[in-house]
Amino acid sequence: MKKLRRTMMFVPGNNPGMIQNAGIYGADAIIFCLEDAVSITEKDAARRLVFNALKTVSYPCETAVRINHISTPFGYDDLDAILPAKPGIIRLPKAETAEEMLEIASIIEKAEIQYGFPVGSIKMMAAIETAKGLFNAAAIAASHPRMTAIAIGGEDFVADLKTTRSLDGKELFVPRSQIVLAARAAGIDAVDSVFADVNDDEGFMAETTMIKQLGFDGKSVVNPRQIRMVHKIFAPTAKEVDYAKRVLAAYEEALARKSGVIALNGKMIDGPIVARAERVLAYNAAVGGH
Amino acid sequence: MLVLKKPGQAGTVESNDILIAVAPGEAGTGVTINLTSPVEKQFGAQIRTVIGETLAACGVADAVVTANDRGALDCTVRARVETAVARGAE
Amino acid sequence: MKNAIGREIPDSILERYNYKPYAGPFATVPTGRLAGAKIAVSKPRSEKILKSIDQAIDASGLQDGMTISFHHHFRNGDYVLNMVVAAIARKGIKGLTLAPSSLNDINEAIIPHIEAGVITQIETSGARGKLGRLMTAGKLAKPLVIRSHGGRARAIEAGELKIDVAFIGAPACDTKGNINGVDGPSACGSMGYAMVDAAYADKVVAITDNLKEQPLFPISIPQTQVDFIVVVDSIGDPKGIASGALRISRDPRELVIAEYAASAIIASEYFKEGYSLQLGSGGASLAVARFVREHMLERGITGSFGIGGLTAPFAEMLEEGLFRTMYDTQDFDIPSIDSLRRNPNHLEISASYYANPHSRGPIVNSLDVVILSATEVDVDFNVNVITDSNGVIMGASGGHCDTAAGAAMSIVVAPLIRGRLPMVLDQVQTVVTPGETVDVIVTERGLAVNPRRSDLKAALSAAGLPVMNIEDLQRLAHQLTGVPAAVELTDEVVGLVEYRDGTLIDVIRKPK
Repeated sequence: MKKLRRTMMFVPGNNPGMIQNAGIYGADAIIFCLEDAVSITEKDAARRLVFNALKTVSYPCETAVRINHISTPFGYDDLDAILPAKPGIIRLPKAETAEEMLEIASIIEKAEIQYGFPVGSIKMMAAIETAKGLFNAAAIAASHPRMTAIAIGGEDFVADLKTTRSLDGKELFVPRSQIVLAARAAGIDAVDSVFADVNDDEGFMAETTMIKQLGFDGKSVVNPRQIRMVHKIFAPTAKEVDYAKRVLAAYEEALARKSGVIALNGKMIDGPIVARAERVLAYNAAVGGH
Repeated sequence: MLVLKKPGQAGTVESNDILIAVAPGEAGTGVTINLTSPVEKQFGAQIRTVIGETLAACGVADAVVTANDRGALDCTVRARVETAVARGAE
Repeated sequence: MKNAIGREIPDSILERYNYKPYAGPFATVPTGRLAGAKIAVSKPRSEKILKSIDQAIDASGLQDGMTISFHHHFRNGDYVLNMVVAAIARKGIKGLTLAPSSLNDINEAIIPHIEAGVITQIETSGARGKLGRLMTAGKLAKPLVIRSHGGRARAIEAGELKIDVAFIGAPACDTKGNINGVDGPSACGSMGYAMVDAAYADKVVAITDNLKEQPLFPISIPQTQVDFIVVVDSIGDPKGIASGALRISRDPRELVIAEYAASAIIASEYFKEGYSLQLGSGGASLAVARFVREHMLERGITGSFGIGGLTAPFAEMLEEGLFRTMYDTQDFDIPSIDSLRRNPNHLEISASYYANPHSRGPIVNSLDVVILSATEVDVDFNVNVITDSNGVIMGASGGHCDTAAGAAMSIVVAPLIRGRLPMVLDQVQTVVTPGETVDVIVTERGLAVNPRRSDLKAALSAAGLPVMNIEDLQRLAHQLTGVPAAVELTDEVVGLVEYRDGTLIDVIRKPK
């Protein structure tokens, strides 16, 4: 089954307490942040801390490292320090061109060869945080086979648009949809931005419900408490699970009969419906449902 | 072999962290470690071992280390020593 | 010799202090009769009110070597214990046994009187801070005696703890000595721990800052048990007695533990209409209340009763009708005290009714589920709540072993790692609750079910909870922390830990 990325939790890269406990909250992925969560004077300390944690702590989920952009003085050093620890994903913030991704892909490949990792085992994802990046989103998403997800960074994006963030997020409606389109066109995951106010659970759940409807595969979170809420929203209802099971049963039956026509309760079942049913059951399995 | 040029410091006194200060030691004097830790009884020896091993791996033979531990795991101790050494070697 | 759970108890200790070793949670069959207070007489229209604590000490006949008791409902706002011990010290009385239901940090004020020999022996639930360090250092003439709340009630009723004078802080007291805890500036709520003292002490002195005309009601402690009344300016600091509503933890790690614990309850056969529940007052316990509440609402389940140590989240569940009754020995916050005052289904009970194993039936025997905390657990499921990782006394026995023994499902919640210390050990430093009465240990990284409870293990695993062997849980901790070196102890015994039936389950040795 494909990896679920309902929740990607940011963990500040220079906080040992948070790093050692990051695996206990049930996030589908942890993103150790070397970028915004780390002050300029502690970049060196954070990358060594994250490296050592990745080497020794066994995390029960996917691990990603958000490096500094390669146009800053820190990006290449981040890659040099982190890649030997074999993170699951390198996440580039403020991605604007496919070329940047190719540059990082070639560095990753060199490291994989140098450290004896299977080539292609370290994935990449890009966060789109500018209008320029958004216009190149499709190319970025499809830039390299290592690309596994594309995300939107809401705060920076809104600043780049010269507006502010509203509760219903209308200013991000178009960018969000375009990210989903870029992801789907490239066959990778779309991950939504973090929600600004960690104390506003209601607003958080409304936004998560909305981005799920837009087609996102998951959401970035900053507080472990939010994980439970996202997973609840992404979990299929008992009714959806039941329907999905019946769809797949009808599909299996039709396959067995070598019949091209599938019907359930008199309604035609076609490919998209089967695919959706499979996705519903995959999610259901991930949340421990039956 | 790496010779420290100046004192280097890394880490914090937040819980689960360790504040490591390394200072150049006179050639041939080896490594001196002054450790304060709430888990001295249970892990004092282990923390000293990790500090010593990390210094050796960095190629530092002579140093005076002051370590103020707040319950750091070995991987944190290692990271902080590496960073302090790198800062002292710049 | 080794007792039934393999703890080494020096024979000399068993002989000198006349103890039997722990033999199993229900191995002791009590014999004999209940003890009782001295018979007294009170003539019509006689006066109980005395002018001062000094006068009351004189009137009580307190002498060198006697035993005095207090209740700990005023928690860290308690003025009574310190005030009375200071007055006793001024009189030059020496060699007393101090037997409060528990001690709080504020009681550190009596340390000079311990050092001066006014108090030479302490029998209580536990101690923290400076008092804990003093006891650990072996500064008492006899080792500290630790009893659970149920065990203390039992010891009093059996005559093993003979109280000569009980000093009872009374938030409301009428002129004849009827007392309750819900009225007045120093209201503390339930008077559950003081009730046993009042019924069995030879002399009972009520100390109040809120004297009322007769008749006072409701009555928690009746006038028939009270010899003397003293009015003082204040018996406690309200800020220290009860906090504002105790709130649910926002610590994400505690929430993970709480969610696992709640899921374990829900996955068990006990979670059904009419079940009963006891929660601790720690942040994780309160969070369990919130998660359990959601599921009770979802499934339309109401509980028959809860037991407190009451806190706001539990009082709210009573108010909402999610539990039909609350049994209450102690209140931790203002909403709980209000609930006891207003809600007729909120019942005040004595420590004996709560947990005394040698009675016709304490309420803990009807408990389905209890959530308990721990400072350490071990691979035999034994629990320590008394000494810290360095062997220093810093906690209290409370109702831990009582509820673990009584409940059908006892759940211990604890972080797997504190600082760098793994909390699942080969052997806990001090056993308070024997592993055979502990069913599930819940940590942020997984749950361990006592091998005796294969039924629970199956139910919890089927619910998708991360159930593992306790040894694997320990290994998981060691992978992160490394294996801790053992804390070195001397042979000097500074504390005796009684099991609730009066046998010796462990001793506390002074650390090196």
